[in-house]
Amino acid sequence: MGALAPPPDDRLVLVGREGSRRIVTAVSRPAEQAGLRVGMPLTKAHALLPDVLTMPADPVADAAALNRLALWALQHYAPIVAPDPPDGLVIDTTGADHLHGGEERMLTGLVNRLGASGIFARAAVADTWGAAHAAARFCADPVCIIAPGTTSDRVAPLPILGLRIPPDIVTGLHVLGFATIGDVLAVPRAPLVLRFGPLLGRRLDQLQGILSEPVDPLRDPELASVRKVFGEPIGAPETIARYTTALVHDLCLALEKRGLGARRLDLLFHRVDNSLQAIRVGTAQPVRDEKRLTRLLSDRIETIDPGFGIEIMDLTATLAEPLLLQQAVSSLIEEEQADIAGLVDVIANRIGARRLYRMAPVESDVPERSVHRVAPLAPDDGATWQGRWPRPARLLARPEPIEVMALLPDHPPGAFTWRGVRRLVKRADGPERIFGEWWKRDAELAAVRDYFQVEDASGERFWLFRSGNEQQAASGAGRWFLHGIFA
Amino acid sequence: MSVFAARAVVADLRDRIRQFDGRTARDRAVLPFGVPEIDDRLPGGGLALASLHEVCGGGNDAVEGAAAMLFAAGIAARTKGQVLWCLTRSDLFAPALAQAGLAPGRVIYVEAGDEKSLLLCFEEGLRHGGLGAVVAEVARLSMTASRRLQLAAEAGGTLAIALRRLRHRAEADAFAQPSAAVTRWRVCVRPSAALPVPGVGRAQWHLQLVRCRAGAAADFDVEASDAEGRIAFSSRLADRPPEAQLGRVGASA
Repeated sequence: MGALAPPPDDRLVLVGREGSRRIVTAVSRPAEQAGLRVGMPLTKAHALLPDVLTMPADPVADAAALNRLALWALQHYAPIVAPDPPDGLVIDTTGADHLHGGEERMLTGLVNRLGASGIFARAAVADTWGAAHAAARFCADPVCIIAPGTTSDRVAPLPILGLRIPPDIVTGLHVLGFATIGDVLAVPRAPLVLRFGPLLGRRLDQLQGILSEPVDPLRDPELASVRKVFGEPIGAPETIARYTTALVHDLCLALEKRGLGARRLDLLFHRVDNSLQAIRVGTAQPVRDEKRLTRLLSDRIETIDPGFGIEIMDLTATLAEPLLLQQAVSSLIEEEQADIAGLVDVIANRIGARRLYRMAPVESDVPERSVHRVAPLAPDDGATWQGRWPRPARLLARPEPIEVMALLPDHPPGAFTWRGVRRLVKRADGPERIFGEWWKRDAELAAVRDYFQVEDASGERFWLFRSGNEQQAASGAGRWFLHGIFA
Repeated sequence: MSVFAARAVVADLRDRIRQFDGRTARDRAVLPFGVPEIDDRLPGGGLALASLHEVCGGGNDAVEGAAAMLFAAGIAARTKGQVLWCLTRSDLFAPALAQAGLAPGRVIYVEAGDEKSLLLCFEEGLRHGGLGAVVAEVARLSMTASRRLQLAAEAGGTLAIALRRLRHRAEADAFAQPSAAVTRWRVCVRPSAALPVPGVGRAQWHLQLVRCRAGAAADFDVEASDAEGRIAFSSRLADRPPEAQLGRVGASA
């Protein structure tokens, strides 16, 4: 509904029709707390809560919105994404989690990003779609990770509502006294199938991974995409590489027509056993260079298991941006700058784009806040760290307390003990006084550090500081720390 | 035969051997330190650009490798183009690199999760050929791995520096195993000279050239690299011939 949507703390229900009855199809959280439930007749809802806000349900628009959300997830998370109506997304995260810092960070990030845009989301990762479906909806935590091999144990306590079965089967099972998925898994299958039909058995098998359940990936016709269907299934890595090259060629032509460059490419492999494998590569800048894109994709072919053969290869530019032509050399005098975007892409696809960065200065005197990471191809503004005070080559992650003999008020230490080794200070320089950033953080209003560069008898140099000055107790306890190692 | 004639013959023979190797003039390009005492000891008069060099810290510095890192940064700073810095531990403090002459815009850091992917990134950077230098902080470097890196450095024409960092103080010497690196350097810190006023002067290093292909091992006492990444020869060298002193004032200034 966009801007017309009522605020999230309104007691809102959506009303749909079932035959001639008007029933509640969705409830907002405050309405749920007031006792309204999905499936309740509207009259009952009105009786419980006379001032409830009602709006007509629009399943078509809901499905379209879910599709848009799936497309967003496709562009940001993994190559195989499908909407799971009415209220879910299914994402095949195989090979995608490490690019987002592991499964837990990926899920937390996903839930947080959705939460920031007003969508209350829960997420789960599991071996199978069925298990993830149940865990995402009925696990206590909003983010749930089911380790490989523990599916049956973790899913057993979840309610049978998570089985993706029609409501009449759920009611039937409840009548028989089944409450959790574990209860259903524990009893012999045949009588259940006899009573409720084959769907229940299939869902249970899919949950446990006995029966495979392919995800039909979402494809947007707007995206540039090329596809190759093979008469005979292929399997050899060389063959895959050859057809990858051909597909990249076709895709680059398609991108050229639209004036776009690829930022993210998905290569899907449909295997003959009806399962899907995927490669996703990303680039730091829009690229339409066949050679570079082929190289990036070919690097990952080894991760593909062709099984009994691949019958369809499907290459899509999931994320594409306008590609502008740039002049490479501006004059004869200027030195040619080697283009390292290709290298950056190759490494970023191998180890994750977050692990490739440049350090840029931040205007802060506090050493640990004076650097921040920027993208490796971010424009270089030539900024560097100001000040001529020497900075250590290694900075400890957090300052380590040391025992020190020093004259007050502002003499460098005469000796100090760090990690059990006592060192005599031969030469020292300082203090360099660094104040806390009181204009940013109230807690640092009086904080002070006095930094000293000291050299011990063997010539090793360290960066020590004393927190606080003598006059104000609030500025720090006067304790000494070792913060860095020079050389 | 005079000394000069003998040198000419040796130089000619070296050239012919290089031709057998199939190495071109680009491969023979060197990066001089600008210190004649060190450059004279290195074949070609400097660090070979398209090859692998190993640097490690000595003594207490073997784990942190801070001096070795600054030495490597000084070398990388004097190359042209961008520098790829591969690491597994993120305790490097970028402002120190800037003070060693490597502007922050020139260095791209790669934080590899393990040694294996670190070596992969190292090799990838070398093969690309568009970088000025690739520095990698590695704990272990087998003969096979170093051979691969050396070949990659030759193929890409890029200077490769393997900065060896031991994981524990008790670990065996980083240079105990052979490697295909062209040179191996050990950087030990030395107490600096006293200043007339309280303070800390320029750091002093004891630089050991542990191995040098087509050259001899040597030791140097040098002053740590400055803001342009240049090391200077220490004026305290004991066994320097007296007549050479005048000519070397410039190098130590």
